[in-house]
Amino acid sequence: MPTITANTGTKHTLVVLLEDEPGALNRVVSMFRRRSFNIESLSVGHTEEANLSRMTLTVAGEDNEVEQMVKHLYKVLEVVKVTDVTAEQSIIREMALIKVTADKPENRAEIMQFAEIFKARVLDVAPDSITLESTGPEDEVDRLFILLKRYGIKESVRTGSVAMLRGSSVAGAI
Amino acid sequence: MATTTSTQQQADVRFTQRELDGARILCECLIAEGVQIIFGYPGGVLLPLYHVFSEYPEIRHILVRHEQAAAHAADGYARATNKVGVCMGTSGPGATNLVTGIATAMMDSAPVVALTGQVTRSLIGRDAFQETDITGITLPITKHNWLVMDTADLATTIKKAFHIAGTGRPGPVLVDIPKDVFTSKTYFSGYPAEVKMRGYNPTVFGHARQIKQAAKLINEAQRPVLLVGHGVTTSEAYNELMELAERAEIPVISTLQGLSSFPTAHPLSLGMPGMHGNLHANHAINESDVLIAMGMRFDDRVTGNLKSFARNCKIIHIDIDPAEIGKNVPVHIPIVGDVKKVLQVLNLHVNAAKHTEWLEKITHWRGKDAARRENEMARLGVLPPQFIIKTLGEVLGGEAVITTDVGQHQMYVAQHFNFRKANSLISSGGLGTMGFGLPSAMGAKMALGENVPVWTVTGDGGFQMNMQELATCVQEKINVKIAILNNGVLGMIRQWQQVFYDGRYHSTPITGPDFVKLAEAFGVRAWRVTHRDEVARTIQEANDWDGPALIDFIIPQGENVFPMVPPGGSNLDAITEA
Ligand SMILES: Cc1ncc(C[n+]2csc(CCOP(=O)(O)OP(=O)(O)O)c2C)c(N)n1
Repeated sequence: MPTITANTGTKHTLVVLLEDEPGALNRVVSMFRRRSFNIESLSVGHTEEANLSRMTLTVAGEDNEVEQMVKHLYKVLEVVKVTDVTAEQSIIREMALIKVTADKPENRAEIMQFAEIFKARVLDVAPDSITLESTGPEDEVDRLFILLKRYGIKESVRTGSVAMLRGSSVAGAI
Repeated sequence: MATTTSTQQQADVRFTQRELDGARILCECLIAEGVQIIFGYPGGVLLPLYHVFSEYPEIRHILVRHEQAAAHAADGYARATNKVGVCMGTSGPGATNLVTGIATAMMDSAPVVALTGQVTRSLIGRDAFQETDITGITLPITKHNWLVMDTADLATTIKKAFHIAGTGRPGPVLVDIPKDVFTSKTYFSGYPAEVKMRGYNPTVFGHARQIKQAAKLINEAQRPVLLVGHGVTTSEAYNELMELAERAEIPVISTLQGLSSFPTAHPLSLGMPGMHGNLHANHAINESDVLIAMGMRFDDRVTGNLKSFARNCKIIHIDIDPAEIGKNVPVHIPIVGDVKKVLQVLNLHVNAAKHTEWLEKITHWRGKDAARRENEMARLGVLPPQFIIKTLGEVLGGEAVITTDVGQHQMYVAQHFNFRKANSLISSGGLGTMGFGLPSAMGAKMALGENVPVWTVTGDGGFQMNMQELATCVQEKINVKIAILNNGVLGMIRQWQQVFYDGRYHSTPITGPDFVKLAEAFGVRAWRVTHRDEVARTIQEANDWDGPALIDFIIPQGENVFPMVPPGGSNLDAITEA
């Protein structure tokens, strides 16, 4: 996955439906690299339909640049539909697993409290650490990270965002 | 009981008859696709295919001397006819030798199908002998590519490959075929009549409302210009372009790739803009109020510095590739579609008009430019390259197709050749590939047949990049004519050294063999020309000679192409002398 670089312009969330052909994901990512477009995060998985994958891409760029990204995405043959859900009413979530240092009893209590406030699940408890699962909009996960940082984060992992439109509309209805 | 057995037997017979190996399936498919010529070179993994070629005399295999030439030849074939050209190379080095040719076709949107052999399936990924990940290598320089892992997929993949290469915005497609896919058998039910790809639906017809808006803008324009590119050729929109230009009296400016889509001598033709373009063309773009760009992509060699390009006008951009619109230049009216189809509708809405004042203005600029050219021609010595190109145009009289290499000679062709025939210039513009000239001429010649003379104009540098193809021309009786503008230097690079690098001519003097002797050694008829008086006569003689021919024109060293816009500079700041 291309790494995050300077965040210029606004952030857009693109939902991409693509056919499951060998190398399809590579084609998409290579196109971004070749054209010097930035991918901030990317997640991909199966859909309700066989042979169709769904990617959620968060990208940063001026509107005309994002428009170019969309057009170039369509040039990738496997890409069936691209929807920019940025301006739509949408649900955007990512997930993080955070293993935080918790060797002092008072810290443990605080960490558990934060977890509760942020609706993070406690997945594992060890004598000197607690592992949380946080699911939410990116900035919410960010805020939990900031709070937990002071205790020392031993290990963490975050997925890219996944997005879905609110209500009964469907991103990339084809 | 007896009846059952015989039906069963019949079914078995039919089945075995229909069971074919991949090599034969490929040949069947290529024939169904109308392929008559493949430019290629054999190798270990391709042997199962070469083994069956003799069973398919419909397909002629041209044995080139380097796979790069196969790709350029397929490209030349494709550009000359707008049909898909086919090239082939073996796995590993054969496939990688195709790469430059594939990238060249990609940049200039030429429909090419490249077939490569791959190592046996079980060896893929193990660094087997002559294995390369050619689909990986060519991913960014093909419109699409495939590695066929099942003989049963071969026919549909070939069908898709030709479909994708030749439709929408054309481009190269590569199909990589493992050796054992050629040898294993499968039931072959015939070449598929059609293929479906959910993600591939080129828009051909422009949007009606946008076309009407464009017409309105054109009808109101005081100082319109047309800027035409290769898309006019690809969609064969010559008549529609002529109709629009003449009816609304709009001057026509052509990119290098668009040059032969509108006759050079037409009063409305302003020739090429950009780095080595005509000053009057650059001025016209700068002062236009409506710019109608079609089938072109605002390459930086055309626009110069974008900050100063076409600042005072509204831009209408017609292109079949939506991603080209707004890529480099903001556009007021975008029209996605095939140029010909769009113009057919647009012309219905465009009014007849006169732009007398505008044309007078352009004539004034043109006059200055003509004076500059005359000066230039008079100043030059006994054999100026500009004179050779002009004479070539006169002698060939609008019949011939010209391919070029890359360098000063290419720009002389763009500036001084009188194009009269639609689609008569084949040149590597986007990639600027030296070595393109001779092999692309071979491809064009094979496509066009005996009645169309095909000449390549090349430099002594570019020619040396693929001169081994003289052997191919002789063996396969490909009647191409070669004009070398021999200045003993890598002219265009030397020009940059002179203008931008204090005249430090490092590594640009280049020796060559005696090209006449070399040609003769290959069995090609050849002449050397050193004086103006011999030019026309020798061109005629070479053109009349029944076989490949070469003329070595000894031109002055240090002659430069002007005007010249410094890279990154504004088109209005062209240098006209060094
Ligand atoms: C494969 C390749 N290598 C290098 C270049 C860079 N290049 C552009 S023009 C040129 C010189 C061409 O010299 P020559 O073929 O003698 O033609 P002239 O300019 O003298 O007409 C070079 C080296 C190129 N375009 N292509």
